[in-house]
Amino acid sequence: MDYVLLTEQFLNGFQLGIILFLMAAGLTLVFGIMDLVNLAHGSMFMIGAFVGGTIAVLTGSFIVGVVLMIPAMLVIGMVVEMTTLRTLYPRDHLDHVLATFGLILFFNEATRIIWGPEGLLVPLPAFLDGTVALGAITYPVYRIVIIVIGLAVALGLYLLVSHTRIGMLIRAGASNRTMAGALGVNIPLLFSIVFGIGAVLAGLAGLIITPITQAQIGMGEDVLILAFVVIVIGGIGSIRGAFIASIVTGVIDTMGRSFLDVFLLLFLPENAAESAGPALSSMLIYVLMAAILFFRPQGLFPPKGAGG
Amino acid sequence: MIELRNPANILTAIVIGLCAVVPFLAPALGEPFYVIVFARIMIWAIAAVSLNLIMGYGGMISFGHAVYLGIGGYTIGILAFHGVNNAWIQWPLGIGICALISLIFGAISLRTRGVYFIMITLALAQMIFFLSVSAERYGSDDGLNILGRSDFGLPFYNLSDKLTMYYTIFAFLLLSVFVSWRLIHSRFGVVMRAAKSNDTRVQAVGVSTYRYRLTAFVIAGVMCGIAGMLQANLENFVSPDMMNWPRSGELIFMVVLGGMSTLFGPVTGAFVFLMLSEILSTWTIHWHIIFGPFLVLVVIFARGGIAGLLTPRAARE
Repeated sequence: MDYVLLTEQFLNGFQLGIILFLMAAGLTLVFGIMDLVNLAHGSMFMIGAFVGGTIAVLTGSFIVGVVLMIPAMLVIGMVVEMTTLRTLYPRDHLDHVLATFGLILFFNEATRIIWGPEGLLVPLPAFLDGTVALGAITYPVYRIVIIVIGLAVALGLYLLVSHTRIGMLIRAGASNRTMAGALGVNIPLLFSIVFGIGAVLAGLAGLIITPITQAQIGMGEDVLILAFVVIVIGGIGSIRGAFIASIVTGVIDTMGRSFLDVFLLLFLPENAAESAGPALSSMLIYVLMAAILFFRPQGLFPPKGAGG
Repeated sequence: MIELRNPANILTAIVIGLCAVVPFLAPALGEPFYVIVFARIMIWAIAAVSLNLIMGYGGMISFGHAVYLGIGGYTIGILAFHGVNNAWIQWPLGIGICALISLIFGAISLRTRGVYFIMITLALAQMIFFLSVSAERYGSDDGLNILGRSDFGLPFYNLSDKLTMYYTIFAFLLLSVFVSWRLIHSRFGVVMRAAKSNDTRVQAVGVSTYRYRLTAFVIAGVMCGIAGMLQANLENFVSPDMMNWPRSGELIFMVVLGGMSTLFGPVTGAFVFLMLSEILSTWTIHWHIIFGPFLVLVVIFARGGIAGLLTPRAARE
C-alpha cells in the first residue's frame, strides 16, 4: 500500500470530519436543548457560504468574510428562531420536520433569486493557497487550516459549554427547562442564542469549505444528512459523541471511496471490484451506522439523563 | 364508510370522482394534458396512502418513504433495460425486492424511536439514492429510459393503451385505500393504533409491538413500491430524483396536508399538493418561495390538515 496516499486520504477524511463536526455540533445542541429537529440547519450552512463568500469577494479578503459572517449568521439564526421555530417547540417531531422542510424550500429559492442559479466562486487568499511538506507528503495549506479551525472551535465549544456562565445556563436549560426558567433564566432568549450559535457553526462550515467546492444552492443538504448519520452514531445531544463520530465518519467515508476498490481486488476479479467499489463505498457509513445501532440503539455516547 | 354530511368527505368524493372521469372530461374541455397530471396525482396518492398507514396509524415517521418508489421503479427499469418486459416476472420481483428491503430497513430502524427513527429512515433511503447515482450502467444522475411498458401477455389488457394505463392506476388507488381500510379496522390495525398511543401498555398485555410495526412497515413499503412500478410504466423513465429525500418530505406533507390518520386524507392531500404546485409553477419559476412558507403556515395553523379544517367540530373524536 502507498503510505503517502494513505496519509493524504486520512487527512482529507479528517478534514471532512471537521466539517461534519461543525454541522453536527449545532444540530445536536439544538436537539439536545430544545428538542427540535432542524432540517433548516443545512440552509444555515448554505447561507453562511453565500453571505460570507459575498463579503469576501466584495472586500477582497477572505478573512474579513469569515469574521463578518459570524455576527451575520448569529442574527439570521436568531431571527429564524424567533419568527418561526419558537412556535414549534411544543409540537411533535413531525411538525418540526415539515416546517423546517418548508424553510429549506424557502431559503433555497431565496438564494436562487438573490445569487442566481450558478452559485458563487470564492477565491482563496494567496497566502493560504500553497502546499506544505509534512514528512514525505505535500499537503495543501488550506486543508490544514480547516483542520486547525475545526479543532479550535471544538475546544472553544467545550470551554463555552463546561466552563462559562452561559454554558452553565445552556446545560441547566437542557436538563430541566422549566426549573431553569423558574429560577429566573430567560429561557426564550437562551434558546435564541443557542440557535444562533448553531447557525454560526453551520455557516462557518459552509464558508470554509467554499474555496474548495464553491457555494451552491442546496449545498447544505448532503452535509446535513451526513451530520444526521453522525449524531445518530454519536448519540443525540452529546457534543463529545458528535466530535468522535464526525471524525470516524469522515475518515471511513473518504478512505472507503479511495481504497475500497483496491481492497476488493483481494477477493474479487478486477472487473467486479471496479464496479462494486464505488457503489459499496457510498454505502459504507450507512452500514456502519446500522451496525452501531444494532448494538447500541442510543448511539455510542448517549448523554446522561436522556433516558428511554 | 363515507358520511356525506361531512365537507371533508364531500371533497374526497369530488377528488375520487374527478379521477374517475378525467380521461373523458379533460379532452372534452380541451385540456388533455390533465390526464397525465391526474395519473401522477393518483400515483403519489397511493404512495401517500401507504405512508399514512405507518405514519398516521402507527406513529412511525418515515422520512425515507420515497425510496420504495425508486426501488419499485428501478426494478422495472433495470429489468426492461436487460430486455425483460414480462410483467409476470417484473411485478412479483419488484414486490419481492420492496418487501425484502423494507424488511431489512424496518428491522434496523424500528429498533429506535422518535427522532432517531426519522433520521435513520432518511439515511437508509439516501444510501439507496446514492447507490442509484453511482450506478453508471443504469444512467446515474441522468436516469434510465424504459423502452417498453410491462407486458402481461394478455390480448385484452395492454398497458401501452393510455386508458388501460390510467384506469390501472385508478384501480390500484382504490385498492390501496381499501387495503388500508381493512387493515386499520382489523385486529392488526387495533394493535398498531394502540401501540401508537401507548406502546408500553400494549407490550404489558403481552403483545410484541415490534412485529406488528415491522409488518406494517413492510406492507407500506410494498404498497409504495407498487406506486413506483406504476410510475416507471407511466413515465417510461426512472431517475434517482424520484427517491431523493425531498420526495420523502413531500410525501409526508401530502399526508399531513390532507389529514393524517384519516382514510382519504392522503388522497386529497396529494391532489391539493400537486394541483397547487402545478398552478404556482405556471405563475413563476420561483414558486418554492411561496410554497415553503405555505408549508410552514399549514404546520403551524392547520393542525389536522384539510380534513381537520373541514370536519365539523362535533364530528371529531
